[in-house]
Amino acid sequence: MASHSESIIREPLITGKDITYAQITNDVLRPVENMPGKAWWIGFSVASLGACLWVFAVSYTFWYGIGSWGLNKTIGWAWDITGFVWWVGIGHAGTLISAILLLFRQNWRNSINRSAEAMTIFAVICAATYVVSHMGRPWLAYWPLPLPNQFGSLWVNFNSPLVWDVFAISTYFSVSLVFWYTGLLPDLATIRDRATGIRRKIYSVASFGWTGSVKTWQRFETVCLILAGISTPLVLSVHTIVSMDFATSLEPGWHTTIFPPYFVAGAIFSGFAMVQTLLLVTRKVLGLENYITMFHIEAMNKIILLTGSIVGVAYLTEFFIAYYSAGEYEQYTFLNRFIGPYWWAGCMMYGCNVLMTQLMWFKKIRTNIPISWVLSIVVNIGMWFERFVIIVVSLHRDFVPSSWAMFYPTWVDMSVFVGSIGLFFTMFLLFIRVLPSIAMAEVKLILKSSSEQAKLKLIKGGHVEQEEVQFYKESLTSFDSVDINDYK
Amino acid sequence: MSKTKYILGLFADPDELMHGIDTLQKNSVPIYDVYTPMPIHGIERKLGIKDSRLGYAAFLFGCLGGTTIFSMAYYMLVHDWPMDIGGKPAFAIPDFVPITFEWTVLFTAFGMTLTFFFATHLFPGRTPRVMDLRATDDRFVIAIDAKGNIPHEDITNLLKEAGAVEVKHNDRKYVSYE
Repeated sequence: MASHSESIIREPLITGKDITYAQITNDVLRPVENMPGKAWWIGFSVASLGACLWVFAVSYTFWYGIGSWGLNKTIGWAWDITGFVWWVGIGHAGTLISAILLLFRQNWRNSINRSAEAMTIFAVICAATYVVSHMGRPWLAYWPLPLPNQFGSLWVNFNSPLVWDVFAISTYFSVSLVFWYTGLLPDLATIRDRATGIRRKIYSVASFGWTGSVKTWQRFETVCLILAGISTPLVLSVHTIVSMDFATSLEPGWHTTIFPPYFVAGAIFSGFAMVQTLLLVTRKVLGLENYITMFHIEAMNKIILLTGSIVGVAYLTEFFIAYYSAGEYEQYTFLNRFIGPYWWAGCMMYGCNVLMTQLMWFKKIRTNIPISWVLSIVVNIGMWFERFVIIVVSLHRDFVPSSWAMFYPTWVDMSVFVGSIGLFFTMFLLFIRVLPSIAMAEVKLILKSSSEQAKLKLIKGGHVEQEEVQFYKESLTSFDSVDINDYK
Repeated sequence: MSKTKYILGLFADPDELMHGIDTLQKNSVPIYDVYTPMPIHGIERKLGIKDSRLGYAAFLFGCLGGTTIFSMAYYMLVHDWPMDIGGKPAFAIPDFVPITFEWTVLFTAFGMTLTFFFATHLFPGRTPRVMDLRATDDRFVIAIDAKGNIPHEDITNLLKEAGAVEVKHNDRKYVSYE
């Protein structure tokens, strides 16, 4: 029931004094219903320049072939697969927030799930472009599909992780899209009912005729719950299968059974970092500090700390197993990460992912917005290097020393990567302009129970323990959107 | 004869809305439907709406998806073109697990969501049948069919007493129609 009041010792999920249902709609729709500000235009210009670079670099690759990349006989997979795994990993946080946190009834997901899911979809689009462009002959991209053909009816090999990957990524993308769009329907209807003219027509088509009747909501909630239930194993399966692209080979450094859980933890780790990078800026620029509060920021930092530590344990396990296996090629691969020519990449990987995230143990750092933002970028740099180390550094020196080689990226490699970041931000910036970046209906759901004003009313009601009130006030001191003088 | 087709009680708060439903039901006024900007938990029981059966649909679609891809893999790799890969059996069931899982999820998601859209009459471009434009924003609306429910003033008073911030007597069913 909406009237149930939540314990005072839980931090508020919506701050601000006079937040009403109408206020939530107005605040969330401000960027959608008004012309964008200067910050948006600057961001959009830079991002779309990046997207243009991406179009150019990918077209160049298609025209001249994969030879325009820095690959060689030894290193046949490099920045393309690094970028692919990096983007797919980033996508994982959105599904974690929208599905797993829904199953765990974590109400704080309500204000960040929409943009995190959008981020998932854009990240998977970026990842998918790598898959197509690394094929060399993208017009044959339908070959991994099990279609009847004229090659003597030669079917795709369902024993191959690469074919599993085609199924996993395409399922993941389309299911995420369905989940996201279904969740958008009520909010699109809100825009529709406030708009006039051509905007009303567009949002009318997009909102599928949503009315918000009792039965619609009841079915909507059933659908969301079941989608969350099936997306949870789905998201775990996706990065598991991505890791099997490597783990089922015989390459030292790839051929390890720890890869599936290790990749999944790393994926969630980098995904949350990207959510943090985006939301810390978004909340400021769009003025959503009352909905994405310090509690959300700290909670995400805690997840980054947890998953970062899981990744750290996985690293240690890898080293131990390399030593314990007594396989000299395996041992060399791991030693080579520190003493080989790519020692700096190894240092970036271990330093950014394990050492830097340990700073999150301190509450002062977890609740400091500029530091959190910098750390979130550090994590994503570290995770990019993790994939680079696993892929290029393992490949460049394996069994036969006469084939040892180095990898030097060309400008095309770099442009495709930088361009994909531009593409990602272009899509994200367009998203916050035309769609509500916070799930309004879901935030309205927790207004009466978990907002600051509801808790203030509880305190004023006087039926709460003084100790608890004191604890609550102390927890509010770190909130940048709360005026602590109101509680004196 | 009044021209009123629907009487709408607009509430500003979900708890008052629930109170409004109780009041109407106590006075035997049938409720046509309730429109809210967010899901209200417990309202479906109050209005006697049965549990959604979408879960069954989801399960059946999942079974269909898993069976489809497993049969496809069997036909392609075992029946139609078995390959000798190091003498290993062609019918490698563990290798079929990932794709079977993926299509189970895929069919469940699409099948269930499309069933939801079909059953609820949601599709792109459908003319929205909105009784009050603020029902998707900040008003919790109880709609009562005016036909047969007279006198209308009594219903108005009941709604007002229950805490409705506004009561509307609409001549048209849907305000969203041009």
